[in-house]
Amino acid sequence: MTTAPSRNGPRRRWPSPRTTAWGFLAPVVVYLVAFYLYPLLRNLDLSLRDYTVRSFVRDDAAFVGLDNYARVVTSAAFAPALWNTLVFTALSLVFQYGIGLALAVFFHQHFRLSVSLRALFLVPWLLPLIVSASTWSWMLNSESGVVNSVLTAFGADPVNWLTSPRYSLLAVLVANVWIGIPFNLVLLYSGLRNIPPQLHEAAALDGAGGWQRFWRITMPLLRPVSAITLLLGLVYTLKVFDIIWIMTQGGPGNSSTTLATWSYELGFGSLLPRFGPAAAVGNLLIIIALFFGVIHILVQRRQEAA
Amino acid sequence: MNTRRRWWKTAVGIVLTALMLFPVYWMVNVSLTPRDRMRQTPPDWFPTSPTFEGYAAVLREQLPALGTSLLIGVCTAVLTVVVAAPAGFALAKLSPLGGGPLHFVLVIAQMIPSIIMAMGFYSVYLTVGGLDTWWGLVIADSTLAVPFGVLVFTAFMSAVPDEIIQAARIDGAGLWRTFRSVVLPASRNAVVTVSLFAFLWAWSDFVFANTLNGSGDVRPITLGIYRYIGNNDQDWNAIMATAVVASVPAAVLLVVAQRYVAAGVTAGAVKD
Repeated sequence: MTTAPSRNGPRRRWPSPRTTAWGFLAPVVVYLVAFYLYPLLRNLDLSLRDYTVRSFVRDDAAFVGLDNYARVVTSAAFAPALWNTLVFTALSLVFQYGIGLALAVFFHQHFRLSVSLRALFLVPWLLPLIVSASTWSWMLNSESGVVNSVLTAFGADPVNWLTSPRYSLLAVLVANVWIGIPFNLVLLYSGLRNIPPQLHEAAALDGAGGWQRFWRITMPLLRPVSAITLLLGLVYTLKVFDIIWIMTQGGPGNSSTTLATWSYELGFGSLLPRFGPAAAVGNLLIIIALFFGVIHILVQRRQEAA
Repeated sequence: MNTRRRWWKTAVGIVLTALMLFPVYWMVNVSLTPRDRMRQTPPDWFPTSPTFEGYAAVLREQLPALGTSLLIGVCTAVLTVVVAAPAGFALAKLSPLGGGPLHFVLVIAQMIPSIIMAMGFYSVYLTVGGLDTWWGLVIADSTLAVPFGVLVFTAFMSAVPDEIIQAARIDGAGLWRTFRSVVLPASRNAVVTVSLFAFLWAWSDFVFANTLNGSGDVRPITLGIYRYIGNNDQDWNAIMATAVVASVPAAVLLVVAQRYVAAGVTAGAVKD
């Protein structure tokens, strides 16, 4: 670092910042290689071998190529897991975004206490997932849950939220939407703040009503932020594991199994771990997430260029 | 007329917030409900005869787990800042060769599901002996925060004026000196934001803990809750009391550092 030859004295301490910059980047590069790349490569290796508990410990499993992937994709559990992942992700996004946007518009009106109340809306996002998931589990409990107690008070039949295959996906969906609303609210609110208020004032002078202003001004100008919010939400929702695992473990049957919980169940859910197929499902999930992740980055780049 | 409408909005806002926070209220309510009143219908809507048995159980059984979580959270925050801050400086101010691709890699890294990382770590730790250790969890948990940390540091440090850096340079400070004595103090907010989130995510982690430390004695508080749920008698009074205690860092964070929280949410996603 100090050996770089230089004619003008004091500059010697700054030999070409573009190269010395790598001194500052070295820790994170080493970190990424050791703690991201290496585990992921091990995971890839797992998915290409035929592991049993014994061969896992002795590290001598046979190489089987794409057998695990073929087995996973043709398994009877694959279609339901993929379908549940799609439904869970799509409905989570629709409700998180819709409710988040409505709340952002509401809080954007600046009334008394609006700042403090908006801050309180962050709470679900900050709580440990196991706290949220266990609270919702108890609230949705068939016999003693407060939700069923309210339902019966209004004359409806109690619902087996977590123990009936018809409702289990809905139950975890409700909890996940609750957790995701704050994220959408914060991002969309910051987007609303960047819309010049003069536009609304001008439109109001021209006689546009609130509803019309929302659809003609707010929504089009919010499109870039909406795109980023939805794409990030999509990638995050594909990752969701904790809530489903804690509330239903993907059950009953596989009625609330997603690719994430299925992968975990194969690898760690039973006394007979199947690491090969588990890693294969995990890698399929990575491919799906990265596909949308790259779209997200491209959208963001284009917005920054514009 | 105008002020009356605003009051009306405040009222609606309070109702909406109350609805949103109802599960949090319910958690506290159940944590104070005695065991014999737990399964009655309808449930007690208010803790009319509160019990502190659940909290006593937390003190009796979960103190080591709370200590483990605290240790892991603090170490994760330190590790994250140490790795991420210099990288943020380089990306923000030194325009290194390959900085663009590195930025891309960091954004992508954030999107990898942690169960998949957990499986990879399990396989690695089995060979190097990292299972059921506190440092194993620190490393695994830090993967949740390091890419985010670099992005936040880059965003904040880009805002440090070039003139300050030039001035340090004229005064004869080397790059490292400039980073430590000028840029880092000027980005104190970034240090606070990154360490808060790194701590909170490590404190809240369930996936890595359950996968990598599932069987040993080094159990964080999230596993303490999970064990309670797995028990046959499912003592919800104790479960919810532990959940309340486990939520304390999040509550403290929101009260003490609210503006950093909002900064953290947006910094990872959109650049202003």
